[in-house]
Amino acid sequence: MSPNPPSPVARTAGVLDVARLKRDFPVFERTARGKRLVYLDSAASSQHPRQVLQAMDHYYEHSHANVHRGVYELAEEADDLYDQARRAVGRFVGAADPEREVIFTKNATESVNLVASTWGRHSLRSGDVVVLTEMEHHANVVPWLMLADEIGLELRWLEIDDQYRLDLEPLDRLVDGARLVAVTAMSNVLGTIPPLRQITETAHAAGAVVLADGAQLVPHQRVDVAELGIDFLAFSGHKMLGPTGIGVLWARRSLLEAMPPFLGGGGMIRDVRRDGFVANELPWKFEAGTPPIAEAVGLAAAIEYLEELGMDAVAAHDHDLTAYALASLQERFGDELLIHGPRSAEGRGAVLSLAYRDIHPHDLAQVLDQAGVCVRAGHHCAKPLMRRLGVGATARASFYVYNDEADVDALADALAEAGTLFG
Amino acid sequence: MSGLEDLYREIILDHYRSPRNRGELPTPPAQRAEGFNPLCGDEVVVYVQVDDGILSDIRIAGQGCSISQSSASLMSAAVKGKPLSEVRALIDTFKAMMSIHQSSLASQAGDAAEGPGISEDPAAAPGDRVVATSSSPDADDAARDDLDDAFEPEPVDPEALGELAALQGVVKFPVRIKCATLSWNTLAQGLDEAAAR
Ligand SMILES: Cc1ncc(COP(=O)(O)O)c(C=O)c1O
Repeated sequence: MSPNPPSPVARTAGVLDVARLKRDFPVFERTARGKRLVYLDSAASSQHPRQVLQAMDHYYEHSHANVHRGVYELAEEADDLYDQARRAVGRFVGAADPEREVIFTKNATESVNLVASTWGRHSLRSGDVVVLTEMEHHANVVPWLMLADEIGLELRWLEIDDQYRLDLEPLDRLVDGARLVAVTAMSNVLGTIPPLRQITETAHAAGAVVLADGAQLVPHQRVDVAELGIDFLAFSGHKMLGPTGIGVLWARRSLLEAMPPFLGGGGMIRDVRRDGFVANELPWKFEAGTPPIAEAVGLAAAIEYLEELGMDAVAAHDHDLTAYALASLQERFGDELLIHGPRSAEGRGAVLSLAYRDIHPHDLAQVLDQAGVCVRAGHHCAKPLMRRLGVGATARASFYVYNDEADVDALADALAEAGTLFG
Repeated sequence: MSGLEDLYREIILDHYRSPRNRGELPTPPAQRAEGFNPLCGDEVVVYVQVDDGILSDIRIAGQGCSISQSSASLMSAAVKGKPLSEVRALIDTFKAMMSIHQSSLASQAGDAAEGPGISEDPAAAPGDRVVATSSSPDADDAARDDLDDAFEPEPVDPEALGELAALQGVVKFPVRIKCATLSWNTLAQGLDEAAAR
């Protein structure tokens, strides 16, 4: 078990006590460019509470051995910890059968690639239809483009409307005859959270399966795969307070059973002969080679930490902070600040893609950096969406549990400085 | 904000706000070359007109950040009307200035020890050129690539660069070096293509 119980609950009556939980994050003891660190890039990767770091340290210091059923005590402990991590992930997303349905990967990108290379290559034929949305991250576009190049798929695209919401009007028509709908559960650029359940019902009625890219949503809201009805869910540990190097694919057991293995090697086989092999059972069939054991331990600790905060409290915190940011930035900058995304905090996550006057996003990010404010400038791996928005890049601020209104105010002050500089 | 003032000198902001030689030239006779920075989506198009070994005209199109735009504008003003040999030499000099181990320039400018990458490599005495062996984590790929053809024996003299020296603050911001060199690489490519024609 985790050697360090999570800190006393840093929330009261469903509200996060940010000042208190921030003390769990060692990184906030440092400054950035000599200023208070204002970390607004959690959509790219989040920071780590001590509980996660200590769980990983403890594993390395006490229980490290390879997994896959060693007989000695250390190996048993490593196996246990790895299995526990799988169960924690399963519990976190409401998996019916965590011990078979949760596959550890390297990141969300690998999870989608796993589905494309195994389910996709095995089940799809030339001319089959895959429905994507124009707000997908490249992780949920390029694997399908690669497969389309290889076997000849027809890709159809759901588009956004002028409120930056997914336009579901053509959904019936687009899913007609489709085999797969691959959709982000939350846009990493716009913050838009599409109605996954409704999309899934429509897709299923048309006979298509649904893959949700949960890289952004899973860290920020309670996601229950059974409630949503989806078939595949991909996400990454490093955006949810966990370490880099570990991601998750959850999939329905029936689908996983029918899929061929992904990578070949140790651990994923039951038998190997000169002329062939027999694949292992779930979940090992999809986990070739030594897995990211310490990272799984860290991810489990991150999940425990989030559960301790309560995902409803996390979501409420995101919502309130986003509402505050939308209102205060609008009040201070008016039409000079364009936010590429829904103007209300409902049905959207804590991601703000900013365009301030005509200041280039890289210049904006550079000025913000000097104020200790970390935002990301670029295309955010969403080039089809950037084309649709008519921009090459945006400056994106994103919030998580350790951000508060003072961070939003620091962002606003730094934006004003950029305005003065580029006047 | 001393770092920022190094980056965004007044000359740079001026060229950003009022870029020189904006536009296009008819091709042919002019040569058109396109440069792209996939990281930030910046795009620069350089049109060059070469007559009798002279870069007789140049125009810049495209869009990008203040550094890439001002660098292109400053470049266009510096090379227009110059013999090709001088233009080539200036490209080399500029790219040498943008190499993060070009500490001689920084020390002449009196701020040697500050920028990332400048003071990091103990082997890099002022004036030294540490090139392919660089192990600085800050060295970005383009800067390294740029060095391949940026070899000349003498340290860079900021005087020789005139207004272009305003861009030397960029070396303290390694991820922005690509922005500054984008138009120069595109110009070099345009000249190569013009010569091959
Ligand atoms: C929506 C979305 N999908 C997928 C990814 C890919 O995540 P990773 O790079 O961890 O594989 C990201 C991360 O940027 C994302 O925001």
